Amino acid sequence: MIDYRTVYTICPFCGTGCGILLEVMNGRLEGVLPCKTNPVNQGKLCIKGWSAHEFVHSPDRLKKPLVRKDGRLEEVEWDEALSFIASRLKAITQAYGPDSFGAFSSAKCTTEENYLLQKFTRAVIGTNNIDHCARL
Amino acid sequence: MTNSVEELEDAACILIIGSNTTVAHPIIATRIFRAREKGAKIIVVDPRKTHIASYADLYLAEKSGTDVAVINGLLHIIIKEGWYDKEFVEKRTEGFAVLKTFIEEYTPARVSEITGIPEVQLRQAAEMFAKAKQSSIVYCMGITQHTVGVDNVLSLANLSMATGHIGKWASGVNPLRGQNNVQGSTDMAAIPNVLPGYQSLADDAVIAKFETAWGVTLPRKPGLTIMEMMDAIGTGGIRALYVMGENPMVSDPDIQHVKKALESLELLIVQDIFPTETVALAHVVLPGVTFAEKDGTFVSTDRRVQRIRKAIEPIGEARPDWQIICDVAHAMGAPDFDYASPSEVFDEIASLVPLFAGISYDRIAENGIQWPCRTKEAPSTVFMHKDTFSKGLGTFKPVAYKAPAELPDEEYPFILITGRDAFHYHTGSMTRRSKSLTGQINRCYVQIHPADAKKLRIKAGQLTRLRSRRGAIEVEARITPIVQSGSVFVPFHFAETAANVLTNPALDPVVKIPEFKICAVKLEKVA
Repeated sequence: MIDYRTVYTICPFCGTGCGILLEVMNGRLEGVLPCKTNPVNQGKLCIKGWSAHEFVHSPDRLKKPLVRKDGRLEEVEWDEALSFIASRLKAITQAYGPDSFGAFSSAKCTTEENYLLQKFTRAVIGTNNIDHCARL
Repeated sequence: MTNSVEELEDAACILIIGSNTTVAHPIIATRIFRAREKGAKIIVVDPRKTHIASYADLYLAEKSGTDVAVINGLLHIIIKEGWYDKEFVEKRTEGFAVLKTFIEEYTPARVSEITGIPEVQLRQAAEMFAKAKQSSIVYCMGITQHTVGVDNVLSLANLSMATGHIGKWASGVNPLRGQNNVQGSTDMAAIPNVLPGYQSLADDAVIAKFETAWGVTLPRKPGLTIMEMMDAIGTGGIRALYVMGENPMVSDPDIQHVKKALESLELLIVQDIFPTETVALAHVVLPGVTFAEKDGTFVSTDRRVQRIRKAIEPIGEARPDWQIICDVAHAMGAPDFDYASPSEVFDEIASLVPLFAGISYDRIAENGIQWPCRTKEAPSTVFMHKDTFSKGLGTFKPVAYKAPAELPDEEYPFILITGRDAFHYHTGSMTRRSKSLTGQINRCYVQIHPADAKKLRIKAGQLTRLRSRRGAIEVEARITPIVQSGSVFVPFHFAETAANVLTNPALDPVVKIPEFKICAVKLEKVA
């Protein structure tokens, strides 16, 4: 059975916020269609927008967590990566205080994710050292 | 943007300053072209004769970094000629008398000398902008990425208030955001000096609200910006860094300094979708997902909150970034951070951030909602500052012209401007893995003016070395009159010949933005 769908979403590149329809075929992105009813782009896209699906299935994607062991990054299970982070972060912030931690959040991530990372930084660690690349 | 994207086409005059609109924001450029077809006057101010400059009614070829002088010069003429909006100034603003006196010394003759713009063009621009029924300002990083970035923005605010071109349909001050969710990240206080929704760390009621909601005691001292954190790493201030979806090894100024700093961290956590130059330095790497594998919202440049929707399952064992943050929080023993979906996170945001209080996933639907939206019944705010500014009266803040931090000298005789190419995005980690885009261009270049190329005997396509006080790169020469003689331009997307090896980490004193648009370099032909 062929499963073909289009999913209405927003272009991941510049800040204009163009509406796009992702063409999905059997769980893989196959293309982008501009959304004509979106008030921002009204059916237009630039070349980046037309190509917005291409990087998603790149063979370079990171598929497993990595931890540095003997100088090399090695694939590990999620639990190992998360407990490694928790123990190191606790040790560092307990020894040097919460302001020894900093977070770079991301203008490419969602609003909700930015909210959560600043909440983690302020509420769990206890510092206001958080910024993102708005200036860069 | 104080206006919406769609309003631009109804403007009678658009002043584009420090925005290479057709390259960086092509879809917004189409609105500007539509405005021009309907009779709008287009003024472009830029040290490079960009593509959109060639369609302008008036192109002012300023010297790099002289924006404050240009705007003060326009204000001088507008006030002298009585073209300012007396009613708006009287009812909506304060401090005009101070501005009027301050601006006296920015005579056309003096401004022309500083900026290189002929007096007659300054007069034409001033008249065009002031007298049009609805004028809009469009700006981008050409305004902000300077040691005087804040001064530049303040002078644009002065111009818009003096002429009454703000708070109306098709009339306002419109920064174009460079990345899909810069607006949302900033709204959510992924910045060190405020809480979500620009709520003050100094306000006891605000702190109490967040402390109750999150069940913790919050730190009151403002934190450090990215550039300040980089400096604090080397000195032992910052020992652990969590980098989510950022690539400072390409995006930040003076990369050699960045590399030393990141290498000296005791813990570098990097969450990303690709093995970037920053991932290569990490102690632990968490695989996140792309926009196509998760739900959430992006806030676009005109404050429009729009939904992104999951189209495919996460690739490999990658997890949605919102879920990873919750996983890390749980591993740290944090009691909160239990969300079934991003829409629950959004509801928490709406309960704490008045600007978003009336927004929900249901209301966003197909067309999005523009903040401020304070109640469930309130409509989108299409343009801001209609009857009043958020603080009441708008205050004129006169600013003096100041020279850039690093100007050319005998040893480094050229000005380097960095920026974007049409086919790539930021550090290239996504677009350089796209066949259609790398098929257009996949290596760096330097734009050199024909007169300079002739003098240095550099031919088109020839490998050219650019050297600054901080490092050197070798890239292909493109000979073009887009740049002024004495200036060169390099796009910053290409990690292997990163423009940011050269750039100057000098910062604006208030917002700590680096001066990417001006540093001194020398050019050498590579044998």
